[in-house]
Amino acid sequence: MTVPGPSTDENTDVIQGTLDMLILKTLSLEPMHGFGIARRVEQVSRGVFKVNPGSLLTALQRLERAGWLDAEWQQTENSRRAKYYSLTRAGKKQLEIESADWKRRASAIARLLNVNAEG
Amino acid sequence: MSLWRQLTRGLRGLTKHAAADQDVADEVQHYTEQATAELIARGLSPEAARRAVQLELGNATIVREQVRASGWENLVRTFFADLRYAGRQLRNNPGFAATVILILALGIGASTAIFSAVNPILFEPLPYPHAGRIMMIWDFDDNGSRLPLTFGTYREMLERSRSFDELAVMKPWQPTLTGAVHPERFEGQRVSAAYFRTLGIQPVMGRDFQPADDRPDSLPVVILSRELWQRLGGDNLIVGRQMKLDGKLSTVIGVMPSGFENVLAPEAEIWTPLQYDAALPPDAREWGHHLSMVGRLRAGVGILQAKRELDTIARTPVAEFRRPSHAALESGLMVNSLQADVTSAVRPALLALIGAVILVLIIACVNVTNLLLARGAHRRGEFAMRVALGAERTRLVRQLLTESLLLAALGGCLGMAVAKIGVQLLLALSPAQLPGVNAIAVNGAVFAFAFAVTTVIGLAVGLIPALHASRGDPHTALQQGSQRTAGGHQQTRRALVVVEVAIALVLLVSAGLLLRSLQHLFAIDPGFNGSHLLTMQVQASGDRLDDDSTRLRFFQQSLDAVRHVPGVSAAAFTSQLPLSGAPEDGYGVRFESSPTGRPDADNGADRYAVSPGYFETMSIPLHRGRSLDEHDTANAPLVAVISESLAQSKFPGHDPIGHRLRIGPADGPWYTIVGVVGNVKQASLALSQSDAVYVASAQWRLFVDKAPWLVVRAHGDAAALTPGIKNAIWSVDKDQPIVRVATMDDLLAASAAERHFALVLFAAFALAALALTAIGIYGVLAGSVAERMREIGVRAALGATRSNILALVLRQGMALTALGVAIGLIASFAATQAIATLLFGISRLDLVTYVGVIALLLGVASTACWVPAWRAAQVDPAITLRAE
Repeated sequence: MTVPGPSTDENTDVIQGTLDMLILKTLSLEPMHGFGIARRVEQVSRGVFKVNPGSLLTALQRLERAGWLDAEWQQTENSRRAKYYSLTRAGKKQLEIESADWKRRASAIARLLNVNAEG
Repeated sequence: MSLWRQLTRGLRGLTKHAAADQDVADEVQHYTEQATAELIARGLSPEAARRAVQLELGNATIVREQVRASGWENLVRTFFADLRYAGRQLRNNPGFAATVILILALGIGASTAIFSAVNPILFEPLPYPHAGRIMMIWDFDDNGSRLPLTFGTYREMLERSRSFDELAVMKPWQPTLTGAVHPERFEGQRVSAAYFRTLGIQPVMGRDFQPADDRPDSLPVVILSRELWQRLGGDNLIVGRQMKLDGKLSTVIGVMPSGFENVLAPEAEIWTPLQYDAALPPDAREWGHHLSMVGRLRAGVGILQAKRELDTIARTPVAEFRRPSHAALESGLMVNSLQADVTSAVRPALLALIGAVILVLIIACVNVTNLLLARGAHRRGEFAMRVALGAERTRLVRQLLTESLLLAALGGCLGMAVAKIGVQLLLALSPAQLPGVNAIAVNGAVFAFAFAVTTVIGLAVGLIPALHASRGDPHTALQQGSQRTAGGHQQTRRALVVVEVAIALVLLVSAGLLLRSLQHLFAIDPGFNGSHLLTMQVQASGDRLDDDSTRLRFFQQSLDAVRHVPGVSAAAFTSQLPLSGAPEDGYGVRFESSPTGRPDADNGADRYAVSPGYFETMSIPLHRGRSLDEHDTANAPLVAVISESLAQSKFPGHDPIGHRLRIGPADGPWYTIVGVVGNVKQASLALSQSDAVYVASAQWRLFVDKAPWLVVRAHGDAAALTPGIKNAIWSVDKDQPIVRVATMDDLLAASAAERHFALVLFAAFALAALALTAIGIYGVLAGSVAERMREIGVRAALGATRSNILALVLRQGMALTALGVAIGLIASFAATQAIATLLFGISRLDLVTYVGVIALLLGVASTACWVPAWRAAQVDPAITLRAE
């Protein structure tokens, strides 16, 4: 069931502080607009993460100002404006830093949990 | 790069906010459409898809706001919104705004004015290169006070000390310029050659003094101040010209730069070398204690290090520099920084003033805080509404702080105007001898100070009310309306009033003590009758009067001429004038014999060479014997009159008449005591009088004084006689300058000028504090009565009489006042320590002052309580209760 609805126990808000990394990762594949990013995160996480549009658009503005994203307005078929984001070189570097950092933490937590399970 | 983006994107949000808003709106719109399209593609009806997207997205407006609020520019935007809102708030309550701004303006203005006066005197470095290295060096007298140095000590230190780059000595010099239409007397200094090098300032024109100029046989040379040079015509070729000073031709060798500030003798405008004999002949002027010494420390040498070195030299005399017993340097030498030295006299008063003005500022802030709290109580409904509409607590605090900062800023602007006026007043009031008075101005440092004070005040006065307002449950606040309950803010306001009362008491006590000191001071008998007395200094200058007998004849003839001026009842000359502020002219006095058995021990006494009729003119009472008269001529037996204090100490219980004494040199002539007169205050009213010896001018053998003081007793207004007396003297010799004309009343006032200055300021501060406190008490009680209307109505309905209610409110106000007074008393005991040096004749715990001040404060407080209490007593229960 992929029809979005109110939060259920199965889908949770993105973990605090990881939204930036998820955005950067998604955009490292191809330039995308806001809704595209939200859907891609939900699909790839198989609906575990639900992206709040307010947080997403705020984060996009912040990342763009930080110089990690470039933004470009494009004309859509029905003559509306759509804002497409792409990763800059600085953004790529930032993604590497953040994902390395995340992996380090995640494996540390995993180790801790394993110890607990055994002990 | 990213900083650049932050800046440009943020600025775009501020300057083109319509376009920036459109971008955000478009992006949200696009997001919505995409989401809807996706759902439709999955088979939902357009209607259902829109609903589902609505649910997921929430309110699109909120999303837009969220994005808009995330940039830094939003802080700027809300700040301006807050500012606009605050401005509107103030415009809607002009009375409140005006009161607060006025109180703040007075507080900020007063403290800024005081700061601008104190800063250049106490804190700013003196206007010399590396001014911190310039030191004053003094000898010690028997009491451990500072004593001018001898030239001999200077020579020894110059040769033996290694701590100083330069050392110089100086003494006052008042040359008279003759040869022009009118004789003119200048204030100047005799200095050793290194004087200007010690200060680190060079002449702009010509050259500095050289050691060759500073020998007893050198030709007379002078350096002029720029101002004097301009007064003399501003001749660019003046260097090398000669001017006739005291009858001698002196060559001008240099002119000092404009703005050269000579803190060691602010009046001086002409300088000449000291020209003392470096061979140090014994018993000559080279061994008199009359020189000030200034030195410039070597780089890297500290003041303590220098003091230790000088003390070591003082303890180890060498044969090369033989010291007489009166300059043996047994106590070492005193080393002070120049800044501390020139400000030592005024420092306690200025620091006390800073303390006082800070207290006034605190009272002003407390008062404004109180007013803001009262307003906060009225605006509780508004705050509750804003919270209910989603405003966060921090947002509310920020808005209220913006309001108080705006008030402080407006108060600060007005305060600068107040400060400008205040500085003018300070300058008009300040005693003339205040060092650095010329530097007092409203400048950059003062602006910075005022700005800092304003900001701190804005935050300080706003914080408590802001926290109060943002606290509390919006629900109950909305429900209850605002008028019925007295909340916690009343507690805070009462505490603040107690603080106000306490501070006001401290200021009132200080002002009261100063007032009583001044009363004591003016109640002191100076030993003569000062009213209707005109004084002036007459100078004998020029070659013609170099001869002693000619000079004496000139003064005698002048006196005769003056006595014939209509309106003059008596006139006399004296070599030194009580309370004139001139340095005391003291001599060692040795008696031939004394019942105390110590006829010549430690007797320094003021020496007065007076013309006949001096005691009668001054109305100094004759206690024994006779006074000095016309028969005491140069050829008559030498006689002297001594002061009562000297008679008491040397001839306790005996008649001193007929005993003999020597004045000055041990081989001098004997003077026979013929009379005893009352004690006279010579230096100042506050100091105990020193012993005095009077001789007839004609019988003073050492020299004839060149610039004696003329004292004239008038039948009527003394000052009005000035032109007539000057003309009478000039009719004898038109070339003799007459200076320092003043009535004795002026001199008496000047001798208390610093205390008077402190008193005026303290009184002003104390009255301001008292007024602010009264406003504070009134405000709190009025607020409390307004909030308790219903309760009071109920009480009245239940049978409380008007006087019951009156007493209820009065009791509340006076309880706060009493608590404030109690705290203030304790604070006063401690705080008056700061003004102890300014007090005279009373203890700082003077009971009369405390009782008087407390009575005054209670009186004012009860008046402030009376109005709200009376209003409460007028409450008609029927009306109040029906209003519910």
